[in-house]
Amino acid sequence: MAKTQADELAVVGKSLPKPDAMGKVSGQARFADDLMLPRMLFARILRSPLPHARIRQVDASRARAMPGVQAVLTGEDLPIKYGILPVSQDEEALCSEKVRYVGDPVAAVAATDEWIADAALEAIDVSFEALPSVMSIDEALAQPGEPIHPRGNVHKAVALEFGDTEEGLRSADHTREDVVFFEGNTHLPMEQHAAVAQYGQDGKLTVWSSTQTPHYVHRALGKVLELPMSRIRVIATPNGGGFGGKSDIFAHEIVAAKLAMVTGRPVKITLTREEVFYAHRGRHPVLMKVRTGFRRDGRITAMQFQSFLDGGGYGSYGVASTYYTGALQTATYAIPRYRFEGVRLFTNKPPCGPKRGHGTPQPRFALEVHLDKVADELGLDPVAIRRRNLVQPNSQTVNWLRITSCGLEACMDRVVADSRFLERRTAMPSGRGLGFAVSSYLSGAGTAIYWNDMPHSEVQVKVDRGGGVSVLCGAIDIGQGSDHILAAIVAEVLGVSLQDIQLTTADTDLTPIDLGSYSSRVTFMVGNAAIAAAQRVRQRLAEAAARMLHCESDELSFRGGQVGRRDHPGEAISFAQTVQAAEAGEGLISASGSYTPPKLAGPYKGSGVGPSPAYSFSAAVVEVECDPRTGEVRVPEVWIAHDIGRAINPVLVEGQVEGSVYMALGEALMEEQTFRIGVHKFPSMLEYKSPTTLEMPVVHTSLVESLDPEGPFGAKEAGQGPLLPVIPAIANAVYNALGVRIDEIPITPEKVLRALAQPSRRVGPKGVPRFAFPSPIQAARPPEWEGK
Amino acid sequence: MLRLPPLRYLRPTSVEAAAEAVAEHPGAMLIAGGTDLVPNLKRRQFDAPVLVSLRGIAGFDGIQGEPGRGMVIGAGATLDQVATHPALQTAYRALAQAAGFVSTPQIRHMGTIGGNLLVDPRCNYYNQSAAWRQAVGYCLKRDGDICLVARSSPRCWAVSSSDSAPVALALGAELTLRGAEGERRGAAADLYRDDGIVYTTKRADDVIVGIHLPAAPAMTSAYWKLRRRGSFDFPVLGAAVALDWADGMVRVARGALGAAGSRPVEVSHLLTPLVGRRPDDELIAQVAEAAEKPARPLDNTDFSHYWRKRMTRVLIERALRDACGLDPLAGRLTAQTRSGQAA
Repeated sequence: MAKTQADELAVVGKSLPKPDAMGKVSGQARFADDLMLPRMLFARILRSPLPHARIRQVDASRARAMPGVQAVLTGEDLPIKYGILPVSQDEEALCSEKVRYVGDPVAAVAATDEWIADAALEAIDVSFEALPSVMSIDEALAQPGEPIHPRGNVHKAVALEFGDTEEGLRSADHTREDVVFFEGNTHLPMEQHAAVAQYGQDGKLTVWSSTQTPHYVHRALGKVLELPMSRIRVIATPNGGGFGGKSDIFAHEIVAAKLAMVTGRPVKITLTREEVFYAHRGRHPVLMKVRTGFRRDGRITAMQFQSFLDGGGYGSYGVASTYYTGALQTATYAIPRYRFEGVRLFTNKPPCGPKRGHGTPQPRFALEVHLDKVADELGLDPVAIRRRNLVQPNSQTVNWLRITSCGLEACMDRVVADSRFLERRTAMPSGRGLGFAVSSYLSGAGTAIYWNDMPHSEVQVKVDRGGGVSVLCGAIDIGQGSDHILAAIVAEVLGVSLQDIQLTTADTDLTPIDLGSYSSRVTFMVGNAAIAAAQRVRQRLAEAAARMLHCESDELSFRGGQVGRRDHPGEAISFAQTVQAAEAGEGLISASGSYTPPKLAGPYKGSGVGPSPAYSFSAAVVEVECDPRTGEVRVPEVWIAHDIGRAINPVLVEGQVEGSVYMALGEALMEEQTFRIGVHKFPSMLEYKSPTTLEMPVVHTSLVESLDPEGPFGAKEAGQGPLLPVIPAIANAVYNALGVRIDEIPITPEKVLRALAQPSRRVGPKGVPRFAFPSPIQAARPPEWEGK
Repeated sequence: MLRLPPLRYLRPTSVEAAAEAVAEHPGAMLIAGGTDLVPNLKRRQFDAPVLVSLRGIAGFDGIQGEPGRGMVIGAGATLDQVATHPALQTAYRALAQAAGFVSTPQIRHMGTIGGNLLVDPRCNYYNQSAAWRQAVGYCLKRDGDICLVARSSPRCWAVSSSDSAPVALALGAELTLRGAEGERRGAAADLYRDDGIVYTTKRADDVIVGIHLPAAPAMTSAYWKLRRRGSFDFPVLGAAVALDWADGMVRVARGALGAAGSRPVEVSHLLTPLVGRRPDDELIAQVAEAAEKPARPLDNTDFSHYWRKRMTRVLIERALRDACGLDPLAGRLTAQTRSGQAA
């Protein structure tokens, strides 16, 4: 790396405004719905009013005859199935045979305005044959009528075992079993999904979309529209929030494209807020059972973990989600023997998928409340039991995850000290409580959505005679700050200011690949690709500058827009002069860089989910104020520490941490995606309850820098991990305050009241349904775990 | 996005002209701030081919008087004006509290006190888009023939969700209405009907002109609102109380509950044990426990009706303690059921 010492860094490590900030706050940012093209049509989608039904007939003749209606599409116009994962190609842009949830798309209209499009939807006659609906995990397993998909309501069942867990439990001094439930919830981005499509006379299709994954949209459009990818251009527009909710392929993107092709006119679709709730792909409801053996001193001997996921109507990312509910338990605690069994069921609800923390907040909740209960039984405090089991830096977990940098203990120490957790928890005033939890998350999935040997991230850097630097990359900023990361890293390596950098991002015609803004991968992977590209440019510039300054190229430093001799201050030329000299010598100065994560998957089937080039770690202490008369829970203060590796921009990291705390509070205390008579209960911003600024507590954020050896400048992820410890810490704090266990998220006032009235002082599920999991794949353990 | 249906928008400059415009156009509706009407119209919860705006009428938003001689509030006064008016911070404080608790600052700068008194009763089977309501088979209040929250009921159980309505009852307010056939004045309580659909006695062309608060130099009042969040949300329960004092003892006690039925529910008759007494912890708890009886929450708002029902006495106790100058949160009642009663 060009620079390694923190004190040499000019841009990296500084809290600076991100490049898109002023555009966003002043209204200059152009979101997909802001795009207005000449002769543009407006499209609307007709959606199923039934949770489960066969489509007998769709008659659009009345709609087609209406003045102003330019095209109507039905399922037969888009027969090719697609899905984000190659193993789950089970969606149609418009359903042709069956609908699987209220809100499933059935037909689409393009018209000269939205009023006409709406009226045309009402003129489409659909004849349905209603089928019995399946609205819960239990109903899906009971399978009363026709299954939702031909192969049954069990979408995916997995079982893995690392070491003999039964033996591990038998040899334990103490075992405990807990059953907990985590209700589903949704992302609630401020910006609704929107897409604009244009089909040119040259036979080329352009789609602008508010998407986190333009590359995957590009691939899916090629498949469904039967167009070569070379004739499709996908441009991701700035996302007004994503949180995982815009990382799938959506019907409206395909429909807008097809309508543009059919009409020859540009077409826009902006989803209503209600439709966003149906597009969903949010947090899976998960029922979990965890059984763990402990030695008297609190050390874990073995763990068995079961999860039942309520997947909704389609596959989406569900296979990955299922594995994720079992993958990261071992990344915080050294578990010598581990068994995971997971099953995802289809239900007649909008499909679940990845939401911030993808599949891991639910098991993290289960694990962290389970550990607190065991600590009580063993007479240990919540910190001590975790300390006995902490995963160590530069180790390998029993399921073959490679842990490198690890600031978990430092995070723990920090929040425990700052909140005075141990001193205060036993002496809290009435109704007040403190809770603690820790967690870990990936810095990017080690494998792509589809198997391939190509890089996950690529960056091109081109310098201009005037000293400007163009940076091109497929990454899309979803508010997390990826634009800043890209600009800051290139500015750092080339010694120019952020204002000298021109970014071109997320345009499949212009920019090289980045796989997308998901799995907390962008800083790590784009960052490494950007360093590689910028260093190549720097080397060529250095050679030209060395000739002019009569020195060796490795004697040069790039800083403050100057290229100069490190040991002879004053002997320097400007960056622009350097570019001119280099360009005179060899023509255009441009280079690219790529990043491919190391192959880290363990030697067993299913090992593709979990490995990451690095893991972030978090710890949180939450204080709650409970009203025992009403059951209401308020959170006045949160202490959270996050091992970021290195903060490339500390204020952005703090923003991600605070945003995670906010989202966790909503999930823990109020948000629920629930259904009644087959329909989402309240698909609106008003009635789907999410916290406001008034509910936001004081948050004390600490950043721990463990300087990851493979991260760009040592950086790891911040976008998802900090959400994880907050939810169980709230549950543990409620127990500390009132002595009740709410083993079910969200923790509502009613549940608290019910628990206070129960002899068990608990509200939560009583057990898991009977399900015959496949016999587990017996995976070998890494050598360091043999015999333990 | 959701679009408003095509409609005519009229801007009269006098109350009389507004009333006449409504009388002339069948199906026309009055619009003031529009904060409740516009989103409901976008969801096609009702039809309004013509909207008659009250925003062009001068002198419609005045706030006059003081507690010693009574006050008149123009129906066009914004909720923010009501919440912050200095003369409304003592005897009539409950009204300022109620107005200040409505939704968000932006809404309070648009929404009017007259409009808040007339909030269309809410139900989470009704405040939904046309497509959503089609999916559940529609309900009595719009396009359907059954009440989805009480399927065997012949009537609609949409919930009165106004914060100011129970306060108007508790304060003994009177309203002046002016319609095409002239002006009349009556008790605020008489404005409301116990029905989720035809929820007022007001004619379509009646414009609420003024809210009259009776002289009350020695009154104290309080409004407590139950909702999920500290902002934004409609009430899932409201408790308004007003106590008139003489020689340190309660002379008159009035109260009403909001979001406890299809109209604001008067509970004054259940507060009479306070009259002639200096209320202490014990008496307030007893009275609050008895006063919860008329509340009939159903499962058609946020939170469970199980919890809302149990919270009623707690909220009344807190409002009464507030009006008595006692620490509102230090009461004795709890929503908690005794061991074994919970399911």
